Amino acid sequence: MAKEKNKREKKAGQKLTLGAVILEPGSTRNYHTGAWRVYRPVLDNSKCVSCSNCWKVCPDAAIKRTPEGKFYIDYTYCKGCLLCLNECGVKAIVKEVEVK
Amino acid sequence: MKKVEESSIAVAIGAKLARVQVFPMYPITPSTHIQEQIAEYVNSGELEAELIDVESEHSALSAAVGAVAAGSRTFTATSSQGFALMFEVLPIASGMRLPIVMAVANRALSAPINIWNDHSDSVSARDQGWIQLYVESGQEALDTTIQAFKIAEDKNVLLPVMVNLDGFSLTHVFEEIDEPEQKEVDAFLPAYKPEHFLDVKNPKTFGPIAFPDSYMEFKKQQQDAMIKSLETIKKVNSEFAKKFGRPYGNGLIDTYKMADAKFAIIAMGTVCGTARVVVDELRKKGKKAGLIKLRCLRPFPTEDLLRATKGLKALGVIDRHVSLGFEGPLFADLKAVLNSNLKMAGFIAGLGGRDVSMKHLHKVFSEIEKAKPKGSWLL
Amino acid sequence: MDLKEIRIHGRGGQGAVTSSQVLAIAAFFDGKKSQAFPYFGVERTGAPVEAFARISKEKIFLRQHVYEPDFVLVLDSSLVHALDITKGLKKNGLIIINSNKKPLDFGLKGFKVYCLDITKTALEIIGKPFVNIAALGAFAGLSGEVSLDALNKAIGQRFENNARIGELNKKACAKLFEEAQKQK
Repeated sequence: MAKEKNKREKKAGQKLTLGAVILEPGSTRNYHTGAWRVYRPVLDNSKCVSCSNCWKVCPDAAIKRTPEGKFYIDYTYCKGCLLCLNECGVKAIVKEVEVK
Repeated sequence: MKKVEESSIAVAIGAKLARVQVFPMYPITPSTHIQEQIAEYVNSGELEAELIDVESEHSALSAAVGAVAAGSRTFTATSSQGFALMFEVLPIASGMRLPIVMAVANRALSAPINIWNDHSDSVSARDQGWIQLYVESGQEALDTTIQAFKIAEDKNVLLPVMVNLDGFSLTHVFEEIDEPEQKEVDAFLPAYKPEHFLDVKNPKTFGPIAFPDSYMEFKKQQQDAMIKSLETIKKVNSEFAKKFGRPYGNGLIDTYKMADAKFAIIAMGTVCGTARVVVDELRKKGKKAGLIKLRCLRPFPTEDLLRATKGLKALGVIDRHVSLGFEGPLFADLKAVLNSNLKMAGFIAGLGGRDVSMKHLHKVFSEIEKAKPKGSWLL
Repeated sequence: MDLKEIRIHGRGGQGAVTSSQVLAIAAFFDGKKSQAFPYFGVERTGAPVEAFARISKEKIFLRQHVYEPDFVLVLDSSLVHALDITKGLKKNGLIIINSNKKPLDFGLKGFKVYCLDITKTALEIIGKPFVNIAALGAFAGLSGEVSLDALNKAIGQRFENNARIGELNKKACAKLFEEAQKQK
């Protein structure tokens, strides 16, 4: 039983805290949701007008901006839902089949 | 300092002396005077607290959850339908192990609409992981409000506490109270310093999901903490008694003339006051009557009740709530734990503010003296 | 048991609840134990209202309604005909009615009935028909359950934020206390 419990705690990555508080901040960053993508959206910065539509609709906050203001896609977290592609008014995003 | 004060105000004084830091409020009859008085303290600067005017009781308790998670000592109050609207948040507060203290001015639930006292609001929520204390007088309401923070914030407990006082039957009663000195309360109740709290500089996650492989473990932790809190409640009661000279039984139950009693009533709240007078009358007639005042409904003080009922022939149980379709919840609880040789009868009384009179309680005593006592509704 | 129970009949807005509270505070200043509580029914101006007080030398545990009062104080005489103000009143119990009529006019048998024109005194001294506190002067004078000193202190405390009305109430109380003692 105790062994079983230890195993479970190990799996959860930490001890069962009071009230289920997670002490390590930003732990969801460890979930690399981009790993199982089928379609890969590709952003062509030469067409992009920086309207930020894609950034607003991305359910995984995987559209990011460089310090210079250029948008890019963070493939570590992009699940390939293609909402960005659908919403892009200037067709700056195209889809490719993921190679894996 | 001794003075005559309304019991609602006594609760507010308790909260003020406890140096409550956040007070989310959504007033509802008959808890209103508690909220008005605390608002007055905040307004006059007597209490340095953040008063949050919210848009519903659900929000009031939600705000309390946030405030305690952020590390503040937090208090709120409600009644009846307001309490019912808070229900969704009750298990969140206890599951997150947040030591909120809430005064409940007990009032019947609609329908029919009724603003008067019974215990149907709080007793309906007895399974939600809140410690539930019931008080008999204005003084006890004040003292218990202070004790509640000490119990809730204890490292071995970390659970929310409800201080239940009978709506109108107690909240609107003026009587003598002794207001403790601030510095004595400060010595009794140090500032709340949680180990983990919401802090932007040191981020943590509160209220995450627990999957089937860990949810039960978290619930077991809560159950263990509830059971452990029995000791804490006793300890806090005796520490309080030592400091302020006012014991409330052992904190969990209070007994009156039980040492040699053969017939007794068990009840919660203001009914106990009237029951004391009835016990005195019966004692004058040579009857071995007694009273058990249940101060703590959850956690359930099984051992203390077993000890208190030793030697007793019969017990009349007063419930100011009925589990519709079954019986009084306290009666059911007691039957589960007490000696099966003890004769017991359950009485449903005082619903929707119906007075529980001396006549009613005399009736209970004469019923339990019978060979086969039968419970009934005290109409 | 030296427990004394008082029932105050008034109409919504007359301040019967405040009467009972001030009475309880006064008893406290006399070194007694006390309790005051209202019966909340319809909270509407003019509706019959009842408020209660208990006074005792010993700590009061009793929390049932007041069923058999020792004293009845009626702030509005029209209530005598509207409801049974003698209900449960102890034999030879004291009834004080705010009225300019005579006790016999009310036909209440088996009780000690006194009529004092509290409204008149209030109008003369306070300038407004505030009878709830003034009536306590009459109650103190006739029942002897609270002293005028204690009553004055209690009024002072209750009207902390409205000292002018407090002082006028004290004056009205003193006058009715005197009148009551003359009638006694």
